[in-house]
Amino acid sequence: MSKYILKRILIAIPVLIGITVIDYSIMCLAGSPLEMLQGPRVSEAAVEAKRIALGLDQPVLVQYFVWLGELLQGNLGYSMKSYQPVSAMIGSHIGPTLLLMGVSLLTSLLLAVPAGIYSAIRQYSKGDYAVVTASFLGSSVPGFFLSLLLIYLFTVKLGWLPSSGMTTLGTEGGAADVAKHMVMPVMVLAFSMAGSNIRYIRSAMLEILQQDYLRTARAKGIGRFLVINKHALRNALVPIITVIGMQIPVLFGGAVIIEQVFSWPGLGLMTMSAISNRDFPVIMGVCLLSAIVVLLANLVTDILYALVDPTIQLE
Amino acid sequence: MILRDMDRKFGYGAEGNGDGRKRPDIGSERYLQTVARRFLRHHLATVSLVVLAVIVGAAILAPVIAPYDPNDIAGPFAEGPSKAFWLGTDQIGRDMLSRLLYATRVSLLVGVMATLISTVVGVLLGLVAGYFGGAADMVIMRFTDMVMSFPYILLVLVAAAVFKPGMWNIILILGFVDWPGIARLVRGNVLSLRETNFVKGNLVAGMPLRHILFSEILPNTVAPILVYATSVLALSILDEAALSFLGQGVQPPTSSLGNMLNGAQSLTVLTTQPWLWIPPGLLIVVVVMAINFIGDALRDALDPNSGR
Repeated sequence: MSKYILKRILIAIPVLIGITVIDYSIMCLAGSPLEMLQGPRVSEAAVEAKRIALGLDQPVLVQYFVWLGELLQGNLGYSMKSYQPVSAMIGSHIGPTLLLMGVSLLTSLLLAVPAGIYSAIRQYSKGDYAVVTASFLGSSVPGFFLSLLLIYLFTVKLGWLPSSGMTTLGTEGGAADVAKHMVMPVMVLAFSMAGSNIRYIRSAMLEILQQDYLRTARAKGIGRFLVINKHALRNALVPIITVIGMQIPVLFGGAVIIEQVFSWPGLGLMTMSAISNRDFPVIMGVCLLSAIVVLLANLVTDILYALVDPTIQLE
Repeated sequence: MILRDMDRKFGYGAEGNGDGRKRPDIGSERYLQTVARRFLRHHLATVSLVVLAVIVGAAILAPVIAPYDPNDIAGPFAEGPSKAFWLGTDQIGRDMLSRLLYATRVSLLVGVMATLISTVVGVLLGLVAGYFGGAADMVIMRFTDMVMSFPYILLVLVAAAVFKPGMWNIILILGFVDWPGIARLVRGNVLSLRETNFVKGNLVAGMPLRHILFSEILPNTVAPILVYATSVLALSILDEAALSFLGQGVQPPTSSLGNMLNGAQSLTVLTTQPWLWIPPGLLIVVVVMAINFIGDALRDALDPNSGR
């Protein structure tokens, strides 16, 4: 077991280094921070002085290691727009995003796990077709279009839900207010994630239902309820872990678009405004952070596999 | 029926057998018939195929059937659907139906081209990694892991910010970001095909590498690639739409299904002019859903083990 975990961590290290290299190269490709300085009122000498001050006269490899060293100390550079440290900007925006992502992930699992299992147990029934068709709808509707439809319905027509921000302006906020603002973004994210999750859990569950140990359980005559809820569900944990692992990058991507539509004050909104300002230190900081989170999520998923399914370590 | 199934079971008529290429007429026709028969059992997929064919046809024929030039100011500003303008006009009086037809053309083109690029890149890298193994495999697969670690949309948005947004850049960006899935799939298939007797036989016979890779291994992994490519196509169309919706994709005045929805971010358009954003949105849903249904039915139809 510990050998498997160690091996998995060792594989992750070169990938992590590669991620920093890709991130740094994109940032270099995007243009030098000196471009911001250029203008009629800035002299050549001043630009040159700034270039040396920023260490841009060094070879690229040296620059990369200087950047990496700073990174290890938690310094992601400074925004070209607000001159704030990127790490502080991420720190102040990550809370709302984590809240949104966590609640959406939970909601989508609450939708997808029962629906997928139901669908597998009643394969080829009317209910199964309905669930599968709905899941296809979920993965085919663009999140932004669904958001617009929901805003049109719940905000414009019915006036039930607020369409932007996290709290009502000019009020104290409070949990109930935040929850009200969260309903629509969570619905959109959860619905589109549940789409692919349902089909994944359904097919995984179908496979489990055909296993010998379930035939044995059925043969024991312990009844359908116990067979499914005790024997099958426990084994369905593996696909559920997979689904959670797969959703982390999707969540990050989806959050960018959904936060933009609903003006949710999180990382995604910050990233979009950085993208329209071409504020590359901020963009690449967010990219690096999300890539590392995804890498860690994959690592944890693989380790959890080994814990849940002991046969894996034999590989 | 039974005979045909027997054929399939024993590998005659299926694409995999060595002499299948010498009599392609009989061999490939029977296989395709089986596939078609199984595909048509999926009623939703059959309907999807018809719907998609109509949409693709309309998109290709856009210059012929569009009632107005998509960029011409043809009528009154922001007027609802009428006899002259079936889907109404936008804020500067352009005909929405014509714009929608041209937008479908652009969105489908972006989706298909991006899928082609990512499939070619993914297949090549997967073939090399799976067949040669060793250092090449390790380098390619670790690189795949790296690319896959970045959230897809974020990577595309960053690329769109670095390079100037526009149709051809979006095609290249989507194409060169979305290959890791196919590369992994092909590598996995090649790993198991490499151990089969017909590939080993070719090696013993001293066939050139190019022949083994492209004439023996590749044809045997076409079916899963095709199925996977349909899902890449659906995703590419969704991503183009999202990107253009955010203003980082296809740039106006060229219309795409995504950037037609861009205007709905303003409250007046959203609340008072639904004809401007609901048709393109629905069209995206219909196209993507049709592609997903077709992909699902293809998966069933092409799977030699599905036994139906």
